[in-house]
Amino acid sequence: MFALSDGEIDVCAVENAVRHSKAGAVLTFRGDTREDFEGRRVVRLEYEAYADMAVSQMQEIGAQVAQRWPGARVAMVHRLGVVPVGETSVVISVTAPHRDACYAASRYAIDALKSAVPIWKKEVYEDGSTWKQNKEQNG
Amino acid sequence: MRVQVRYFARLRELKAVSSEEVELAEPTSVAALYGDLFPVGSDGALPVMYAVNEEYVTASHIVQDGDEVAFIPPLGGG
Repeated sequence: MFALSDGEIDVCAVENAVRHSKAGAVLTFRGDTREDFEGRRVVRLEYEAYADMAVSQMQEIGAQVAQRWPGARVAMVHRLGVVPVGETSVVISVTAPHRDACYAASRYAIDALKSAVPIWKKEVYEDGSTWKQNKEQNG
Repeated sequence: MRVQVRYFARLRELKAVSSEEVELAEPTSVAALYGDLFPVGSDGALPVMYAVNEEYVTASHIVQDGDEVAFIPPLGGG
């Protein structure tokens, strides 16, 4: 499952997409929207995507994980549109035969998403707005 | 030749459209096309990545007739 969602993400559905009988380790990472960014109060967040490319880049990350950690599987769903503070904007579930690979693959997947999946976030404050830049991105 | 150009985030707001068709007189790299559309020193001169037909390409990649070109401003997903 690699998808974009206009509404709340069904976390269990993402997790269930990668659970299987040979996977002893299951990790789900959720990214929630924060109230404050560098001292400014965030009123709401707005995500937009280059949708088809975002999904294909997620699939690419899934393929990279499967190659690097044999037996690991990834599912990822990112929310688009207006997301109120405190709600979940991204869910990444990873399963693997054992926990070491599962932790490593989970970390890799969220870092890769932030650096390569074409999604943008506008933070709207009480006194203006800005397009946020992920620090993971190289140039 | 003609290419379809997609704009996102800050670039979309600056152009006030999410995509447009651009006519090119001669073969052009994606970086040169970006420079034409968002001149250095303008608000839109961001450190972008480039995509052609939904795949990342390098700055020197030459666009072809009918390509979909996207300028990818700094990402904010997650």
